[in-house]
Amino acid sequence: MTESATNKLANGNGCHRTSNGKHVTKNGFVKTHCLFQQPPKKYRRPGEKNVPYNASLYKRPFVESFEETPLIVAVLTYVGYGILTVFGYLRDFLRSWSIEKCNVACEREEQKDFVPLYQDFENFYTRNLYMRIRDNWNRPICSVPGAKMDLMHRVSPDYNWTFQHTGHVVKDVINMGSYNYLGFAEKIGPCAEAALEATHKYGAGVGSTRCEMGNLDIHKEMEQLVARFLGVESAMAFGMGFATNSMNIPALTGKGCLILSDELNHASLVLGARLSASTIRVFKHNNMQSLEKLLREAIVYGQPRTHRPWKKILIVVEGIYSMEGSIVRLPEIIALKKRYRAYLYLDEAHSIGALGPNGRGVVDYFGLDPKDVDVMMGTFTKSFGAAGGYIGGKTDLIDYLRKHSHSAVYATSISPPVAQQIITSMKIIMGEDGTPLGAVRLKQLSENTTYFRQKLREMGFIIYGNDDSPVVPLMLYMPAKIGAFGREMLKRNIGTVVVGFPATPIIESRARFCISAAHTREMLDTALRAISEVGDLLQLKYSRRVHRAPSVSWTSEESLLQD
Amino acid sequence: MAAGQQWVLVEMVQAFYEAPAYHLILEGILILWIIRLLFSKTYRLHETYKLTEKEKEDLIEEWQPEPLVPPVSKDHPSVNYDVVTGPPSHKIVINGKECINFASFNFLGLLDNDRVKQKALASLKKYGVGTCGPRGFYGTFDVHLELESRLAKFMKTEEAIIYSYGFATIASAIPAYSKRGDIIFVDEAACFAIQKGLQASRSFIKYFKHNDMEDLERLLREQEQEDQKNPRKARVTRKFIVVEGLYINTADVCPLPELVKLKYQYKVRIFLEESMSFGVLGEHGRGVTEHFGVNIDDIDLISANMENAVASIGGFCCGRSFVIDHQRLSGQGYCFSASLPPMLAAAAIEALNIMEEDPDIFSVLKEKCKHVYHALQDIPGLKLVGVPIAPALHLQLERTTGSRDTDMQQLRSIVEYCIQQNVALTLARYLEKEERFLPAPSIRVVITVEQTEEDVQKVVSCLKEAVSTLLK
Repeated sequence: MTESATNKLANGNGCHRTSNGKHVTKNGFVKTHCLFQQPPKKYRRPGEKNVPYNASLYKRPFVESFEETPLIVAVLTYVGYGILTVFGYLRDFLRSWSIEKCNVACEREEQKDFVPLYQDFENFYTRNLYMRIRDNWNRPICSVPGAKMDLMHRVSPDYNWTFQHTGHVVKDVINMGSYNYLGFAEKIGPCAEAALEATHKYGAGVGSTRCEMGNLDIHKEMEQLVARFLGVESAMAFGMGFATNSMNIPALTGKGCLILSDELNHASLVLGARLSASTIRVFKHNNMQSLEKLLREAIVYGQPRTHRPWKKILIVVEGIYSMEGSIVRLPEIIALKKRYRAYLYLDEAHSIGALGPNGRGVVDYFGLDPKDVDVMMGTFTKSFGAAGGYIGGKTDLIDYLRKHSHSAVYATSISPPVAQQIITSMKIIMGEDGTPLGAVRLKQLSENTTYFRQKLREMGFIIYGNDDSPVVPLMLYMPAKIGAFGREMLKRNIGTVVVGFPATPIIESRARFCISAAHTREMLDTALRAISEVGDLLQLKYSRRVHRAPSVSWTSEESLLQD
Repeated sequence: MAAGQQWVLVEMVQAFYEAPAYHLILEGILILWIIRLLFSKTYRLHETYKLTEKEKEDLIEEWQPEPLVPPVSKDHPSVNYDVVTGPPSHKIVINGKECINFASFNFLGLLDNDRVKQKALASLKKYGVGTCGPRGFYGTFDVHLELESRLAKFMKTEEAIIYSYGFATIASAIPAYSKRGDIIFVDEAACFAIQKGLQASRSFIKYFKHNDMEDLERLLREQEQEDQKNPRKARVTRKFIVVEGLYINTADVCPLPELVKLKYQYKVRIFLEESMSFGVLGEHGRGVTEHFGVNIDDIDLISANMENAVASIGGFCCGRSFVIDHQRLSGQGYCFSASLPPMLAAAAIEALNIMEEDPDIFSVLKEKCKHVYHALQDIPGLKLVGVPIAPALHLQLERTTGSRDTDMQQLRSIVEYCIQQNVALTLARYLEKEERFLPAPSIRVVITVEQTEEDVQKVVSCLKEAVSTLLK
């Protein structure tokens, strides 16, 4: 395997991240045996995110970037946290001497002599940092979470310790926060009508589990449709997306099995892996060299201590990573999985419906065969505007899960109107309703994504992730800017999501926009204007890249990564 | 003190000057050796024998993984679920056969209640179906806040928190508080959701015999002695008792007053799972605390699902704000999952309304439960497990055949016979390999307020017929 020109270019990009650490140790295998080459050592840094890739496996350009954090910004961010921490200790001190009023709920008198339920430092972060900007989360809404939503106005008389609803409604806030990728969060239209009918017919609850008396005809219909949509032999649906991961991974692997998990995998995958009692090893985010190294080591050296061969190896990845906006390097993972006979668990929570020409997720996006993915998992919460999750795959797998899934045996089945919403929205996406509306939505989403990402880049913001990902993280870095950004945007009637530690690395606080097919160009323009304004106000335009008009050729897109 | 230290220092410097050269060199080498030991790489086993690339390749070629899942026989009963056509209410159509429902946990008959449906529909017209986000990111609806405050008011606690999935409620709540190193005392009959919560918490788990307070006290006393040996550790080791109000696996009630006594005696917190008892026990349906007249503030956390008596979807935890609020950032199933569809929350609110307006419904249910309990007593060959006030009873084989599979088959044939006779019953399903203490095979009998005297007569005669024809 020779090093391609594109690889060299991408290598040369060499992100200089501020995190210092040991260089990747030489792992000692000869290049020709590995599927993917180890890049020249001198360019590699542990924190680096732009790793080279095997362009030959991709049918289309794969442009993903994570611009480095400017040094000065990183330093200032740490200083910011330092100041917050010092003030936190000061105020904790004042509270302990009752100079400052303590708003935290207290233990009952009768139980004061019990072992404290929380360690004192456990809530330091919540008390002193999160509480300052708590108004940016859990904002209650009182309408459909569509392209525009109504927020309940609330005030806090005591600096965010408590909130009071004034009864006033903030109307028509542009919603850049909900995962409403295809715009199926609707109260009118075919989906809502079908759901109404299902409620009339079945009621809201089910009152039993799938295995006992809760397997309705509507569930069967939904699962057959899901299987057809995914292009797999069979599928099964569960009532909660989170539980689909955490309650089914334990059914697939157990003691003596190895799970290779991406470092940025969702909490539900981490929990599922942990509950399975398998050994878990973590590879660097979307880094195929790291994954291949782990795979080789695992097979060659077997289980620790006993050196018995692993029973099976399961690679667990997500389609779109919801905090990074990156898309999994699926063609390479499939190549690795075939080479090393591992199994692949793909969580398409954010990518199903949102990616691919037919909306069928990353597999569709890369033009791959769904049969190459052993376990196709996804949720109905996002693109379908419903709730729950599914697992698709071979008939053997699904039959086994029907018998062994924790969810099928112990948890109540999906509510009938929710199942109906899934059926109707999926049929629209597939065009089975006889209208081109689904295709229109898919096209709209992809256009909106491209437009929005490109405009933000041009404005000079640091935007993470893949060019085609509808999850758009905009870097804020400093803790004070998290709160400021959220509030300033709300003042301009735009609802955004801001996230900081612990959901992100400590210095990489960010705002996140989720693009929807329901957003019109006007809405996006309004949002962009506001973002630019706030960006100027808060000095968020950190990017030092020179932005040119997008070009079509493969190499020049690569060179866009070159600064 | 300070003068003494100074003197020692001076003496050391002096000794250094006076020492012979070989001594200094030796010490120098020793220091270097220590530094080397400190900074040398940690010992790695596989570095001691280097494999050649060829050998590695061979190993990779040779490795054959187990299949992802073992093959399942196509005719396994679990693979082909019974199909319910239409709503799973009092009359239920199973595999095309209309039956009286003795299988769905629809205790109060609210599943197809018109008022509940109307509220759900109204909510659907206002909010659509999904929430498209977790609670933190625009997934909090006014309906959720209303449901939380209504639940808190209903249970007479300070605060309540709702989850979008019944199973995830207690499974998320336990690990939010109990961490590695903490100790949890659990009843052996605890349901699977509790077991998963325990596993996720990574705490030390101590099982006590089902409803055996002496056994629990023995464990608590042992722990107390352990604590006295190491008081420092004991000061940071949290201790919890996790019990169910009404056990789903055994259909009996936990001795709550004794548990509360033990709680204060040994300073252990109580988590109570009330999925079966919420909306069933007590004069106003508040569950096992009301049933025993225990002060609800003495229970640290109560969790229940809204999928049984409330006939919606989801679950909730309630208790004092000091305890419950913590889950808003630490309850994994709360933070990382999409919130409950508003229409299901609205359905739950209306169910609470009905429960509040008409508390007689609970005494009606109680009478029905007692009636069914007595009616099922004398079925030859089948043993009734549970207490008279439990709305979900178990019928086990009086004489087990010795093999679980055969027992299951026999019970299954009884269930199938009953379905043919228009009575819907179901086997209680468990994951046989995963359960900590696997309950004996049984038929589940669920009592609802909608069942009439004739329905009960029918199920009893059906079961008797089935047993006499099938169990010989």
